[in-house]
Parts: sequence; C-alpha cells; structure tokens
Amino acid sequence: MNVITNNNIKCTIALAGLEHVYDPEIGLNVVDLGLIYEIQFDETENTVSCTMTLTTQFCPMGESITENVRLSLQASFSQCSISVQLTFDPPWSYELISETGRQFLNR
Amino acid sequence: MFPTGIDTNGSKTTSYKVVLPFYIYASIAFLVSTIFLFIYSDAFTIHYFHPKALAITHTMAIGWATMLIIGASHQLVPVFIEGKLYSNKLAYTSFVLIAIGVPILVYGFYTFNMHAPAKWGGRFVVLGILAYLINIAMSIIKSKRENVHSIYVLTSTFWLLYTALLGLILVYNFHYTLMPHDSVHYLPLHAHAGIVGWFMLLVIGVASRLIPMFLISKYTHPKLLWAIYILINSALIFYLVLFYFIPNKALTLVSFTLILLGVVLFIIYCLKAYKQRLRKSIDEQMQISLLSIAMILLPMLLLFFIIAFLLSVSEEKISLILAYGFVIFFGWLTSIILGMTFKTLPFITWNKVYHNRAAFGKTPNPKDLFDATIFKIMCISYLIGFTIFTIGILSSWQILLKIGALFLMVTSILYNFNVFKVLRHKPIQI
Repeated sequence: MNVITNNNIKCTIALAGLEHVYDPEIGLNVVDLGLIYEIQFDETENTVSCTMTLTTQFCPMGESITENVRLSLQASFSQCSISVQLTFDPPWSYELISETGRQFLNR
Repeated sequence: MFPTGIDTNGSKTTSYKVVLPFYIYASIAFLVSTIFLFIYSDAFTIHYFHPKALAITHTMAIGWATMLIIGASHQLVPVFIEGKLYSNKLAYTSFVLIAIGVPILVYGFYTFNMHAPAKWGGRFVVLGILAYLINIAMSIIKSKRENVHSIYVLTSTFWLLYTALLGLILVYNFHYTLMPHDSVHYLPLHAHAGIVGWFMLLVIGVASRLIPMFLISKYTHPKLLWAIYILINSALIFYLVLFYFIPNKALTLVSFTLILLGVVLFIIYCLKAYKQRLRKSIDEQMQISLLSIAMILLPMLLLFFIIAFLLSVSEEKISLILAYGFVIFFGWLTSIILGMTFKTLPFITWNKVYHNRAAFGKTPNPKDLFDATIFKIMCISYLIGFTIFTIGILSSWQILLKIGALFLMVTSILYNFNVFKVLRHKPIQI
C-alpha cells in the first residue's frame, strides 16, 4: 500500500494500530483494504491528520469505521490532536487492496 | 492531493431506531402467517379467492415482505444515492400507518368483512405507502446523485402505491360500482402490479447493488440493468393496457416473454458478478440469497403453465394459481429475506453496540451475533416445508399441506429466535 506521509517511522506506528480496525462485513483491516490514503504529522502543532476513504460513500458501517480509525490513532499518539477526513477522490477501488488482503479474500 | 471537503459526519447513515421496528414487525408477521398457514392449510385446496387464503397472502405480502423491504430500504437507499434519508419522521409515519393497517385489513379478509375493517385497513396501508414514497422520492431529489438502483426503488414504490390503491378500489367495488367488472376480475392485475412492479423491480434493483457488494465483485453493468428495467416496466404497462382495453388472453404471452427475458438477463448479471468476485468463500446467508435468484424461475414456469392452460381449455387451473402465489411469497421472497435479514440486521445491531469500541480490540463479527446452527436448521426446515407444501397444493393432498406448514412454522420460530437474539445482543467486554 502507498500511504502518503511526512514521517515514515510514525506512520509505521500508526498503521500497526490501524491494522486492528476492521471492516466488519469484509473481515479485513482498513490498512489492507486500502482505505488509508494519507497520514500527516505536525510536530509543532502536535497534530495527526489522517485522510481516508470508504468502500462506498454512505457505507452503512462508515461512521463506525472512521470513528475507530480516530480512536486507534488517538491510542497510538495520545498526546496529539487527531483529525480524520474522508475523501472520495479518488474513490476506493479493488486495486487498492493489498496482497495480504487479496490472499485473505481468496481463502 | 486528496480533496477532503467531507468530514467524518458525511458517513452518517439512517439510525437503527428507524429501521429496527420494521424488522421486528416483519418477523412477527412471518410467524403469524405460518401459524395461519398451518391452521388453514385446507384453504389451499379450494380457491385463491378464499377469506383465509386472502388473509395469509396479505399478512405475507404486506406484513412480512413489504415491511421488511421498506425497513431495509431506509438503510440501503442512502447507500445507493450516496445521500441521506430525507426524513426519519416520515419513516416512522409509514411504519405506524402500515403497522396499524395490516391487522385491520387482514381481519377484514379473515372474516370477509369488506365494510369498515377492509376499508380502514386499506386506507392506513395506502397512506403508509404514500409516506414511504414521498420519503424515498425526496431522498433521491435531495441527493442529486441518482443511479439505476435508486430509480428501480423509486419506480417499484410507484407500482406499490398503484397496487395498494387498486386494492382499496377493489374493496370499495364490493359495495359501490366503481369498476365495469366485479372485484375478482381485477385480482390478476392487482397481484401482478404488486409481484412484478413492486417486489420484482425492487429485488432486482437492490440485489444488483448488494450482491456484487457482498461478494466483493468488480462486476457492474448499468446498461444491462437499464435494459432489464425497460423490459419489466414495458411488460407490466402492456399487461395493464391489455387488461383495461384489449382483453386478449393470448397477448399476455408477450408480457410473460418480456418479463422472462428480464429475469434471464438478471440471472446472467448475478452469474457474472459471482464469477468476478474477489471473495471466494460464500457464507450461508449469501448462499440462500443466491438460491432465491434461481427460485424466480419457478413461478415463471408455473405462470407459463397457467397461461397455457387458460389458452388451451379457456378455464383457470386453480391449484396451479394457488401454487404460483405460494412459490412467490413463501418461495422466492421468503428465501431472499431469510438470507438478507442475517446479512443486514447483525450489521445494524453491531453498528449500534460496537461502533466506537472496535479500535480497542477484536470485537465479535456481525455474523457471530446470531446462532449459526439455528440458522442452518432454519434453512433446512424451510426448504423441506416449502417443497412439501408446494407438492401438497399441486396434489391437493391435505396431509402434505399440514406437514409442509408445520416445517414452515418451525422455520418462522427459528427465524424469530435468531432475530431477537441479534436484537437483544449486549456488548461483550473487550
């Protein structure tokens, strides 16, 4: 997956936490599903800003998934202010699913 | 790089408080229908215009199938149109009106009292459907992102309103001469506007979106869906014109052929979505939902025999017509609902209970909220009951009808058990 970031080490920590946030219908985590587009860290303002998408806008589980992404980031960076933005440009597509995710779905 | 004009509130969906009353009502209506079916199974050896058969049909058609579909569509339409439901109040209003109307209407049929009970029941149902239609139409208008699926839902709701209005007129026609013929003459029109216009259009419109979504399939073909839409609506309009202006029984084969073509194209659509799926394993809820797609062909086959019989000997084959109605409501529609209930309801409850807890550890999967063994037994009981009862109707063998109805009653009890198990789910400490 290609998550855009300005801090690779912190991004790895963030993604490790986000691997525990699942889309309950698919049973796959948001990282392998390719929902996370960008995670930016502002050292001076102490903020973490995540840009993500959903498999479909107004996904019935969308509110739950975005809230859990926020909670996961908050748990990983407890001293920071967290913001999660949704975008549908570009929209999510099957090509965004990671190799691990594809193997999971092929089982 | 990524325009982010949408905050996370943009993902808000219809509240579970709006949707769940429809599911609860439908579950109880299914149980009541199967109890009626067991007690009055002999009505299925007499005539389709029989008070008890009418009571069972309307409990199934409105109390069970329509209530559940309306409830689910309040959750699903916002997904299709990528917008919000226009009004929760209108959703509650439609629920209350239909919920009051159904038992009164069914009581009217049960006692064959076409005066106040049937009229008041019918009025409540029509008003409830009107509230639902306004809500769906306004949701689509407000979203400004209409697509083929939402147009299917909207058109099917117009057909539902037409079906209900015609039904109410037929009730009045028992005492006032509103139509050139007696009410029984118009029953095929009333029935097919509901079966094809409402149920078939809606199921195709919704399933064509949900099946690829649940299978995680790349397949999409809006042009094919538009072709199916045109075929089915043309067939129904042609049938309507025939009925009112050109009473030619042979020409009904034209409508039949158009619908059959639409159904075959829809099955091809589902097969292609299935073949292009990313998710290889198919859960049991999806299996029974996919089975229901193939089950559309069973009433189509019976309908062909009904028309052929009508054309060759110029009289109705009552057992075929009764079997036709039964395989639609207890076969095709019930099988899709049995599967889709446990594909949608656990998610609604999961969302309610775990929506802000999943980040702190592994939560139960939505499919763990119901008893999988009970679900399997329910499916087996359903398939046995459905098969035996259908054979019972065609052979007019009462003992088979009783045994079949008993299995279907067990099915509804197990269905209710799992529905209420999901609804009563309490959060597991993580």
